[in-house]
Amino acid sequence: MRLQWEPAQEAHVLLYPEGMVKLNGSAGAIMSRCDGVRTVAEIVADLERTYGLTGLSGDVIAFVALALDKRWLELRA
Amino acid sequence: MSATPPVGHGLGAPNAAVGATPASRDVQAPGPPPTGTRGVGPPLWLLLELTYRCPLHCVYCYNPTNFAHTGPELPTADWIRVLREARALGAVQLGLSGGEPLVREDLEPLVAEAHALGFYINLITSGVGMSEARMRALKAAGLDHIQLSFQDSTRELNDFLSSTRTFELKSRVAALIRQHGYPMVLNVVLHRLNIDHVGEILELAEAMGAEYVELANTQYYGWAWLNREHLLPSRAQLERAEGVTQRFRERLGNRMQIYFVVPDYFETRPKACMSGLGSVFLAVAPDGTAMPCHAARMLPGLELPNVRDSDIRTIWYHSPAFNRFRGEAWMKEPCRSCPERGRDFGGCRCQAYLLTGDPDNADPVCDLSPHHALVTAAVARAEQAGSAAPAAARERPLVFRDHRVSIAVVTGDPARGGAPARRA
Repeated sequence: MRLQWEPAQEAHVLLYPEGMVKLNGSAGAIMSRCDGVRTVAEIVADLERTYGLTGLSGDVIAFVALALDKRWLELRA
Repeated sequence: MSATPPVGHGLGAPNAAVGATPASRDVQAPGPPPTGTRGVGPPLWLLLELTYRCPLHCVYCYNPTNFAHTGPELPTADWIRVLREARALGAVQLGLSGGEPLVREDLEPLVAEAHALGFYINLITSGVGMSEARMRALKAAGLDHIQLSFQDSTRELNDFLSSTRTFELKSRVAALIRQHGYPMVLNVVLHRLNIDHVGEILELAEAMGAEYVELANTQYYGWAWLNREHLLPSRAQLERAEGVTQRFRERLGNRMQIYFVVPDYFETRPKACMSGLGSVFLAVAPDGTAMPCHAARMLPGLELPNVRDSDIRTIWYHSPAFNRFRGEAWMKEPCRSCPERGRDFGGCRCQAYLLTGDPDNADPVCDLSPHHALVTAAVARAEQAGSAAPAAARERPLVFRDHRVSIAVVTGDPARGGAPARRA
């Protein structure tokens, strides 16, 4: 599984053996911050700071749950 | 739009994954591709069939039966040019296949170039020719993923179906794959002669630490078309195999994901082959022939361009062959007025041609096709035969994929699975 920015699609895409997923802007912003180091809370804070928004926590957690379910992400203790 | 191209030695996975349609796969489709020339998106999936040479002799190979009549393989420099041109257009998923791609001694430099360009690189291999040293070199070059094909779980049948003693070698390669940190992905082409071994196959996959197993029922192109009467399973076989698969899924959960690709002869709607020809998938044959699907060489009247003569942009956007099946203008009834035409694009053009003689017809897998009886008749023959080979199969022995046999194939006769060697 690899995440990369694709200029031709103007999007982040997830690449894996059987397919690829083109992420929308929000999903790309979240996924590109999932670096195995930062916590979800830190990612939320970064996103809120970067985009000048508040109250993103619910949306981010919902997306992370989806990504875990689809095995785009894995949890590390 | 789905971006899963069919990969795999048996042409097993199709489109939904591109990979086949993966009809049965949980494949995530990307959104509509950005539009390029005339509303056409980029060739997101590039498949390079580096060679038709192969140490195996699989009876279900999708390669053209007349491969021995095709021209010389492209040299390294041409493959590298193809990689660069396709990547510049937006290609990002790369399959390296064949034949057996490990036969090419320049596989490592090709992988290195593809990696530098940003491709996600899948090697589709039988494992024959893999060594510790090559595995290390491929890993260092940036190979992302390996799909290992396995003919069956018992050595005897494995050797019979691939006609070489490769079973132990594959077990070693599977261990090498894991040792080098790759997910263990196994592709097994199923058919009448091995489908009853699905339980053993899955036990073996589990023992090998496989994380993904694709049980891809044979699709009937190339050598598999030639051997169809031997390979088509009965419905009872299919149902047993699906039952066994389901029990493994329940027991193993997420630990080993199993994709079971049903043979489309048992469906009533066709696969959305390649997400529509000329939509996301571009294949290049060993001799440089560019194809909108890896079986498309057989299609009559399709003047396939060659990468020796044209660049990839011209081929993808402007060649008549790649535009031939874009849109819906080529469709005949019942597809033309069908509410489902935007979902399955009329099915597979190659199957329509092989079964009806006209690539513009609806894929006869569809029960709305006036030719659907051709498919149900083949299934009925498989049913009547019980556990023995169907009568039609007994009249002609299995044909193993072989260079000498290929030389003898009558070109241009689809009944023989042959297609004229064609160069633009």
